[in-house]
Amino acid sequence: MLESYIKERLKTKKILLMTHIVMGYPSFDASYEIVRQMVEAGVDLMELQIPFSEPMADGPVILHANQKAIEEGSTVQGCFEFAQRVAQEFSIPFLFMSYANILYKYGMERFSDRMAKINLKGAIVPDLPPEEGKDYLLAMAKNNLSPIYIFSPETSEERMGYIGSFAQGFVYCLARKGVTGKTTSFSTDLADYLGRCRKATPLPLAVGFGVKDKADIDFLKGKADIAVIGSQTIRVVEEKGTAAIGSFIRSLV
Amino acid sequence: MKNRGYYGDFGGAYLPEILVATFDELEARFEQIKQDPNFWKTYVALMSSYSCRPTPLTFAQNLTDHFGGAKIYIKREDLNHTGAHKLNNVMGQGLLVQKMGKKRVIAETGAGQHGVACATMAAKFGFDCTIYMGEVDVIRQRPNVFWMEQLGATVVPVTDGTRILKDAINEAFRDWVSHMDTTHYVLGTACGPHPFPEMVTYFQSIIGLEARRQILEIEGRLPKRVYACVGGGSNAMGLFSGFSNDPVELVGVEAGGRGLSTGLHASRLKSDDASPGIAQGYKTYFLQDDDGQMKETHSISAGLDYVGVSPILADMHDKGLARFESATDDEVIAALKLTMQKEGIIPALESSHAFALAFKEAPGLSKEDIIIINQSGRGDKDIFTVADAFDDPKWKEFIRTKAEQYHA
Ligand SMILES: Cc1ncc(COP(=O)(O)O)c(C=O)c1O
Repeated sequence: MLESYIKERLKTKKILLMTHIVMGYPSFDASYEIVRQMVEAGVDLMELQIPFSEPMADGPVILHANQKAIEEGSTVQGCFEFAQRVAQEFSIPFLFMSYANILYKYGMERFSDRMAKINLKGAIVPDLPPEEGKDYLLAMAKNNLSPIYIFSPETSEERMGYIGSFAQGFVYCLARKGVTGKTTSFSTDLADYLGRCRKATPLPLAVGFGVKDKADIDFLKGKADIAVIGSQTIRVVEEKGTAAIGSFIRSLV
Repeated sequence: MKNRGYYGDFGGAYLPEILVATFDELEARFEQIKQDPNFWKTYVALMSSYSCRPTPLTFAQNLTDHFGGAKIYIKREDLNHTGAHKLNNVMGQGLLVQKMGKKRVIAETGAGQHGVACATMAAKFGFDCTIYMGEVDVIRQRPNVFWMEQLGATVVPVTDGTRILKDAINEAFRDWVSHMDTTHYVLGTACGPHPFPEMVTYFQSIIGLEARRQILEIEGRLPKRVYACVGGGSNAMGLFSGFSNDPVELVGVEAGGRGLSTGLHASRLKSDDASPGIAQGYKTYFLQDDDGQMKETHSISAGLDYVGVSPILADMHDKGLARFESATDDEVIAALKLTMQKEGIIPALESSHAFALAFKEAPGLSKEDIIIINQSGRGDKDIFTVADAFDDPKWKEFIRTKAEQYHA
């Protein structure tokens, strides 16, 4: 179970690190090398994004990575094969991240059956709120997989409770409004909001959107359980190449 | 957020969490105005003083004689202020924005007609305005970009994806998730998450309500068929809503591009190339591949060049409540030329799709039959595209001279 893995791990670490990649960007070989270095550098869990042509919740960096990956031939089939390989070779939990249409076209049940078969642990689907997620939730439950849900600073207490009743594994708390990859101010407002999230659910809390360096992660210690690094690792690869990923990750913890 | 806005299997609200509260508020406001009889009165009064509603229903005597079949009437949305049906939706949403107390509006635009309408509304109501427009459409519809900017809007060319309408919608959503406290997204067609399909249809229904009353006044009977072009579906839904309880055949015309068999088209309902999917916050037929990635679309008209279609029309398609056809780029240009020569009317390239199909079918109908074509907009904006299609030597000469004046 994802939740118990996270809680176990938190006994020895103040905060866990979750990273994100877009599978097939800039190539599947590069993606593999990035995963290898991330795991070696001590990342605790990873989001593997299946690229989608209309990534509505993503900002310029991840949007561009999605488009490029598709252009370079990253298919859903290719992503499943890639995920199978890394989940076999590395011992940390891997999650899928994608948009509703990718799962819908594949078939919700078929998709989650295959996730379970290749030993993925859960999925994050930002445009599939619980209200629209009946088939998805059934399929995930059948396979003992965690549907990861999202809280935002706009989410009311009542709705946090509602979402919490479907969430498993952990809850992904957006640090701010907007899309991925823009700056976040790590402030008392954020701390207050995380306090509200904490009250709303007994699940571990992950914080993402704009987390980019050690200072941000230090701020989150004691307030959240998992720091999520998304766009920043893509930037590092774009600026310094895949070889720079390991040392970047080590600089964070 | 409640699970609403379904039309059969289509529609819904596939929203990122950050927008759920904003949509809850929007839906509540929309429900309020629907219940309030004064709101519709205010809206109609605004549209008849600021624009020219009711727009005329013109009998096309020469086209009728030319084809020798059904009597052809044209609903003149081109005479709406800013030259298209788009203003109906925009002014309605503008009144709603005033009620919500927001100070900024954003919009996507393809043909630029929705963008111009939105910039116009923003100027009148004193809102800040940003318009997202695919880079390809910025070039195709340059005159409208000029007017939007003169009206005080900021036009942002979108360089991601296929650089047309769907990409402009994505970019508008990205702006909205950052600024929903101050900003309303004026979606331009009957697509997107609930309540947009219903709300846009509600404001556009003024077209069909007028057309029905007008044809009964003139002819004392209902038409046999009504024709509208289908991009996202707002002008079609507007016209169809007036006749949905009548024995009238509703015909939607999609962009056939270079022909359905070439794959270069934007036909979601007539062609077999589209399948149900979820994107841009709603479920409908999308032109997509087996993985669920959206495909490139093609049309001579920027306003019909869209991968999805109104969930309400998708449902009407599946239930056989409306018939969908397509018209190719070439048929559209021919229909445009004929309409200008016979009636002295210049339909937009989008609207010309409805004309093209109506012209194909009119001769097969009897002289007793009546048809109505929705002229969703006027063609002035298309001057560059149409001049190219006509390959007009005098226009080219003018452009060359003009360029020299700019020392280009
Ligand atoms: C004149 C005109 N007609 C039709 C359309 C297509 O939109 P819809 O299908 O929403 O009416 C547009 C869109 O830009 C337009 O400008």
